Amino acid sequence: MHIPDGFLSVEVWASLWVVAILILVVAVWRTNKKLGDRHVPLLGVLAAFIFAAQMLNVPVAGGTSGHMLGGVLIAVFVGPMAGSIVMGSIFGVQAVFFQDGGITTMGANIINMGLIGTILGYFIYQSVKKAVKGDRGMIIGAGVAAWIAVVLASAACAFELAASGTSPLGIALPAMVGIHAIIGVVEAAITIAVIKSVLKTRADLLKLPKI
Amino acid sequence: MELKGKWLVTGLIIAISMACVLSLFASSDPDGLERVAEDQGFAEKAEGQEAIHSPIPDYAVPGIENENLATSLAGLIGVLIMLGVTFGWAKVLKEKR
Repeated sequence: MHIPDGFLSVEVWASLWVVAILILVVAVWRTNKKLGDRHVPLLGVLAAFIFAAQMLNVPVAGGTSGHMLGGVLIAVFVGPMAGSIVMGSIFGVQAVFFQDGGITTMGANIINMGLIGTILGYFIYQSVKKAVKGDRGMIIGAGVAAWIAVVLASAACAFELAASGTSPLGIALPAMVGIHAIIGVVEAAITIAVIKSVLKTRADLLKLPKI
Repeated sequence: MELKGKWLVTGLIIAISMACVLSLFASSDPDGLERVAEDQGFAEKAEGQEAIHSPIPDYAVPGIENENLATSLAGLIGVLIMLGVTFGWAKVLKEKR
């Protein structure tokens, strides 16, 4: 769902760049001096893991493929603010080094595929976790949040395309959401699988302070 | 760095295996947005619009004839860049003792 240069109008991509920068500035400010020694290696491994996972397109339906986004996963481990910085850096590296997503549209991509997961997704995850106790709450919350984050990301993308005059909302929204409702299941499955395996082997990694 | 050691190494091995080996089996079908762009006829709006020329476009190191090797190398480079970038900003933002 990486939006390339050319799909969004100047007004739309410039506004989204501003919003992305503002949120990331807050994230950096909130993360500053709160990162502990134990966060750092985990952040590195998760950033590498999510970057790698985004290379792995799996076939979904009708000659279409999708890959995981990872925003909810990173936020479950390190919290929404530190997670947002990781996602911002991933989309930055992809656009600059690998031509995956545009430069003008990087703000949009960071918001859609990153911040919606790390912030909104984390909020959904927390809400479910409060309602369902224990590890089960964590797993269900992460799965539900991961699915919703992907669907919201695709809806946001459709709104941006429509606002740019690229594709009418009536066409873009159902098309994007329809495909990503399936891709979201993949996202939820991988997110749950990672959390479950870490719960089994190194549960303490999930208990670090959330930033 | 209590987390150093086995877990860290295992995590990195998993990430590198995904980026260098599993990536060779990734689907090359268009993704959700590309599919919609093709179906709705706006895919060409991106043609020639790239704001920059990336050194490793489409996760394949240019100039390497073997496609698999080009992809694996791109994955490895990507993982290393992510580690560098992440440890870089994390070092700056870490609590000072």
